[in-house]
Amino acid sequence: MRHTWKLTLSRMRLAMRNRAFLFFSLIMPLAFLFVAMGIFARGLVNATSYILGPVLALTVMGSFWGLSIQLVIFREQGILRRFRLAPIGPGAMLASSILSNYFLTLPTVIIEFALARWFFHLQSWGNLWAVLALVTLGTVTFAALGLTVASVTNTMQETQIINNLIWTVFLFLSGATVPLPRLPSWIQKLALFLPPTYLVEGLQRALTERDITLWDLRTELLALAGGTIFSFWVSQQLFRWEPEQKVSRRAKVWAASTIVPFILLGVWEYSHGPLLRNSKSAFDTLREAQPSPDRTR
Amino acid sequence: MSPAIIQVDNLTKRYGDVQALSGVSFEVQEGEVFGLLGPNGAGKTSTVEILEGLRNADSGRVSVCGLNPEQESNSLKHEIGAALQSTALPEKMRVLEALTLFSRFYKRRRNPDELLKRFGLEEKRNAFYSHLSGGQKQRLALAMALVNDPRVLFFDEPTAGLDPQVRHEIYDVIEELRREKKTLLLTTHYIEEAERLCDRVAIIDHGKVIAIGSPRELKQRSGDTTRIEVRLARPAAEQALRQLEGVADCRVVDGNYVLHSARPPQTIVALVKYLEAGGNELASLEMATPSLEDVFLELTGRRLRD
Repeated sequence: MRHTWKLTLSRMRLAMRNRAFLFFSLIMPLAFLFVAMGIFARGLVNATSYILGPVLALTVMGSFWGLSIQLVIFREQGILRRFRLAPIGPGAMLASSILSNYFLTLPTVIIEFALARWFFHLQSWGNLWAVLALVTLGTVTFAALGLTVASVTNTMQETQIINNLIWTVFLFLSGATVPLPRLPSWIQKLALFLPPTYLVEGLQRALTERDITLWDLRTELLALAGGTIFSFWVSQQLFRWEPEQKVSRRAKVWAASTIVPFILLGVWEYSHGPLLRNSKSAFDTLREAQPSPDRTR
Repeated sequence: MSPAIIQVDNLTKRYGDVQALSGVSFEVQEGEVFGLLGPNGAGKTSTVEILEGLRNADSGRVSVCGLNPEQESNSLKHEIGAALQSTALPEKMRVLEALTLFSRFYKRRRNPDELLKRFGLEEKRNAFYSHLSGGQKQRLALAMALVNDPRVLFFDEPTAGLDPQVRHEIYDVIEELRREKKTLLLTTHYIEEAERLCDRVAIIDHGKVIAIGSPRELKQRSGDTTRIEVRLARPAAEQALRQLEGVADCRVVDGNYVLHSARPPQTIVALVKYLEAGGNELASLEMATPSLEDVFLELTGRRLRD
C-alpha cells in the first residue's frame, strides 16, 4: 500500500508536467461544459442540472483514454521493465495509475460544478454525496476498463483503434451526448448493456432530483462498483511488463469478459429495471425548464 | 570456501525455434566481478534476466543470494540491483525524483544525494530524464541499481553504444565498486571491458559457456604466442603458412590470415621468404599479444564482433 501511494504521488507529478494531460483532462472538459451549456441550457435554469450530468460523465469517462495510452507507452518504451526490477507488483502499478487519475479528475469536476453555478445559474446542487460516489466509481471503472484494453494491445496504434471503437459506442449510444429518451428505442435498449449509461443516468438523477438518496441510485452505483472490481481484477491478471510478452487468446477472452457484469445488469434492466423510465423523468425536467431570471427580465 | 553467491547449473531457455541457452553453468563468488563475454545473441542477456527474475528458465537450477529468482522474486529484488541493457524512465521524471522514488521501494536504501555525487549527476539533479545525454542516462541507470545497497549487481552491457570517454567514466565507477568488494555480474562484448574489469570471465557463444577463468588464465590458452595478422595480395595455402617457423596456429578470418607464433621475428622472416618465392605480396601486417578476442577466435573460429 505504501508503494502504491509513493507511485501515485509520482504519477500525479508527472501528469501535471504533461501538456497533453492538462489539455485533455482540464481544458477540453471545460470547453465541452461551455459548449453544452451554451447550446442546450442557455436561459433554461433547470436544464443546467440536467446537462451537467453528461458533462461530468464525459470528464469521468476520459479516464478510459488516458490510462490505457499511458500504460501502453510505458510498456513499449521499456519503462515498466525498470519498475519490474523493483519489489512492486502489477496491483501497485495499476492502483497508482487509477488513484492518480482520480485525484487529478476531481478538481476538474469541482471546477465544472463551480462554473455551472456561476455562469449557468445552477440552482440546486442535487445530492452531492451521490454525485461524489458516482464520480468516484465512474472514474475508477473507466480507468480500469482502459487498463484492460491496454493489457491486450501491443502498440499505441492498436490501442487507439480499439479505444476509438469503444469510445464511439460509449459516446453516442449511452446518453452521454444525445439524451437517452431522444435515441431510437432499439438504441435505448442497447444502452442498457453499456457502462456509461449507468454513469450518465445516475449523475442526471443525482443532479436533478432533489430528494434522491444513495439507495435510490443503488442500481447505478452497483453497476459501476461491479464494473470497477471486475475490470481491475482482470487488468491485474492480464498485466504485462514486457512488450514482447505475447497476448494469449484466453487473455483476450478475459478482457472481453469485463463487459459481463453490464450484460447481466442489462438483461435485468431490460426485463425489470426502471432505468429507461427514470431517464425519461429526468429528461422531462428539461422540457419543464423555466427561462432563467436573466431571460425573463 | 563459502557457497557461491550466484549459482547457475545447466540452464536452458528456448524462444520459439531459437535455443537461446543450452546448458549454461557457472558460479560467482561473493565480492567477485564476473563477466559474461560473448557476441550479440550469445545468450548473455537471457542468462542475466533469468538471474534477475525477469524471465523463467525452461530447465536448470539458479540461485542468487540463496534465493530462487523464479519462486522468491520479491525477496530477491531487495538483495540485487540491476542496470538493464536499455533503461527507460518517464520523460518528465527528474533525476533526483527517480532515485528517491526507487529507493523508497526497498527495505535498505542509500542516500540519493550521495549517489548523485558519486555518479557525477549533482548538476543534473533537477533535470528531466529526457534532457539527459546517453552517458548521463546510463550513469543514472547504474546509480538506480545501487539505491537499495544491493549484495549483488547485474550490469547488462553497461557501456554499449557509449562514446569512449563516457565508457571510461563507467569503467571508473565499476572499478570503484570492485574496490568496495561488491559482487558484480556484467555482460559485455567488449574485450577491453572484460580484461580490465573482470576477476573472472565466462566466454559464451550460441547459448553455451565455452571457456571460463580469469582473463590471464584464458589468454594462457593461446600459449606464450604473439598474434600476427596479415593481409596478402593473393590467397595463400593455410597449411603452408602453418608450416612456417614458429607458427603454432593459422586461421583465415575475414580474408586475413591470423598466425599465432612463439617466435615472431623468425615467423615474419619465413613468411616474407615464402611470399617472395610464390610471387605473392604482403598487403598489411599487424602484431599483438593475444587477447580474449584470440581466445574466442581459437574456440569458435569467429571474431567476437561478428
